[in-house]
Amino acid sequence: MQKSLLLGVEAIAQGAIDGGMSGVYAYPGTPSTEITEYVQHSKQAKELNIHSKWSANEKTAMESALGMSYAGKRAMVCMKHVGLNVAADCFMNAAITGANGGLIITVADDPSMHSSQNEQDSRVYGKFAMIPILEPSNQQEAYEMARFGFELSEAFGTPVMMRITTRLAHSRAGVSIQEAVAQNELKLPEDKLQFVLLPGIARKRYKMLLSNQEKFEAAAEDSFFNFYKEGSDKSMGIIACGIGYNYLMENYPNGDCPYPIVKVSQYPLPRKMVEKISAECDQVMVLEEGYPVVEELLKGYLAKEKVIGRLDGTLSRDGELTPDMVAKALGMSIEEGMEIPDLVAARPPALCVGCSHHDVYRALNEVVADYGTGRVFSDIGCYTLGALPPYNAINSCVDMGASVTMAKGAADAGLIPAVAVIGDSTFTHSGMTGLLDAINEKAPITVIISDNESISMTGGQESSAKGKLEDICEGLGVEKEHIHVLLPVPKKHEEIKDMIRKECDYQGVSVIIPRRICVQKNIRDQKIKKAAKARAAAKA
Amino acid sequence: MKTDMVIAGVGGQGILSIAAALGFAALDNDLYMKQAETHGMSQRGGDVQSFMRISDQPIYSDLIPKGGADIILSVEPMEALRYLPFLKKGGYLVTNSTPFININDYPEEEKLVETIHSLPNYILIDADRIAKEEVGSARAFNFVMLGAASPFIEVPFEYLEEGIRKIFCKKGDDVVDMNIKALHAGRKFAEEHK
Repeated sequence: MQKSLLLGVEAIAQGAIDGGMSGVYAYPGTPSTEITEYVQHSKQAKELNIHSKWSANEKTAMESALGMSYAGKRAMVCMKHVGLNVAADCFMNAAITGANGGLIITVADDPSMHSSQNEQDSRVYGKFAMIPILEPSNQQEAYEMARFGFELSEAFGTPVMMRITTRLAHSRAGVSIQEAVAQNELKLPEDKLQFVLLPGIARKRYKMLLSNQEKFEAAAEDSFFNFYKEGSDKSMGIIACGIGYNYLMENYPNGDCPYPIVKVSQYPLPRKMVEKISAECDQVMVLEEGYPVVEELLKGYLAKEKVIGRLDGTLSRDGELTPDMVAKALGMSIEEGMEIPDLVAARPPALCVGCSHHDVYRALNEVVADYGTGRVFSDIGCYTLGALPPYNAINSCVDMGASVTMAKGAADAGLIPAVAVIGDSTFTHSGMTGLLDAINEKAPITVIISDNESISMTGGQESSAKGKLEDICEGLGVEKEHIHVLLPVPKKHEEIKDMIRKECDYQGVSVIIPRRICVQKNIRDQKIKKAAKARAAAKA
Repeated sequence: MKTDMVIAGVGGQGILSIAAALGFAALDNDLYMKQAETHGMSQRGGDVQSFMRISDQPIYSDLIPKGGADIILSVEPMEALRYLPFLKKGGYLVTNSTPFININDYPEEEKLVETIHSLPNYILIDADRIAKEEVGSARAFNFVMLGAASPFIEVPFEYLEEGIRKIFCKKGDDVVDMNIKALHAGRKFAEEHK
């Protein structure tokens, strides 16, 4: 059968489409972005009228997906690991409401922090919420699990988490596609109070979730994705989770691993298999991508079990797994290639040539120098690169929207003026509510919304802020005379500087919006326009 | 058969089109393949790499182990050297000679060339020049590079041509022919200089 060449994230998207999904909800975030983009560009999804528009943030996305599930249809919400922090309120409570139509929360973790602020492991969240977790080890499983996840979700009336990490997300392989199943019909929950989490109802629902744990475990025991592989050398057994299994097998290319193996791709842990390997083997090595979640669970606080892994230094405590790291843990010698010659210089990412953030930072740096540095709070997006040379312009990057509120807190402490630099889309994601706090207290902060009319870091998706920023700020209560839109180009340098200085001296909230479209987005938009024109001409 | 290669370059240089051609070449011929790539932050002018693995046996890891790559294919000379720990003994380093300079401490070109010349197996090719002068399209330099690496890739050459056809078929015969010409030009250079 012909295979499709798909990234792990694309395999999930295709699996969800073929699994009868009626809508995907998401805010872009590496390495999860392409799931939604794939659905947006899929002809099949268009014909099936599958919802795929971007949400303002992960919380709104999670809630919309839960709403679709309430209505009886299958929904997926996708985010990067830190996005789950934003969606956590709804996520935790969705475990209590349960699902009606199949509901999958797909979370892409980023161990080694290739494009992230931390390497939190979403399996901790899954366990926290006490819901089943699927963790594919390869692209084919990713495809199959998206389909299977909906069935699992509906069988137990629970949301299901699908957890992947960067490597699988952004690695391509051939995937066999199966026949699609139809979408669900609209069907309201049988219990009309199921989703009303008043304490009396929530208590009942919580008991139900607790009583479901045994069923979730039994499902993991029977899961097609988990298995026990016998081995002759019982000096050690290996529990390999998700893509940890690949790195193990990479070191035994003929499949001749002498140790017994439990392969885990569906949680809660398959208890019987774990008990068996623990009873049979002198010690147990746990290979897992991310936190030592399973290792800690087995080892316990008193470390009574002979479990080795990331906690005792057999494997590195942080960073993603690699085949070499696993080889070393297995006691194999590896012959590395030559060392990197000294002359090879680091090549960190940088703002694109012609990007409007250059003009903003050039002006801001000159103004801030007069007040003293250390007062610029920033946020998450391409403009975070302003922290690196040549600008060294910003002093914080913590979470989406934190620039505005951290500036406010610092101003409350007496650091005046305090400046926030935030992107257009980050502002509508999570900056707006913080701005309201600042307005309500007339905090002396200057908020620069560096507006490039695009969610650029993740590839130029449409920003939900587009065309709305001034109205939002005014509506929230920023005084009209302290909202300014500027064109950030080199010849306006003095004008931008003067404006920032003037507003820094104002003892209240000001918003400066330097607006110029992202250079990459502009190139892409022109290409799309040109292609559309060519198509129209060909038709004519 | 099994070929593991690291494809390297700078974000924006288009190394993924090389990987895509190889990917289609592998899949259409019932070979197994895995190809891990870089998305997100580092795409903005930072160093990027793609791990490409092709085999007639199932492949487990998406990453190539250190000391496990048969080939480093780089579209930029300094980036080629960054992945030397991955190159196996006897493996080939195939790199474009045109530097992409977007940092202040980029090494002197002479020293860079000297270091490459000190390696046991390498192809140093001016793919930019060959693409412009011999092929007639500067944009085809990526496939000059793939051509230059092709003698060391255990995938029949015709498969690579098919891969290119598949990628560019929507853009018309001219674009397909141009890139296949680039592939041949790169291979010819490598055959003469290996």
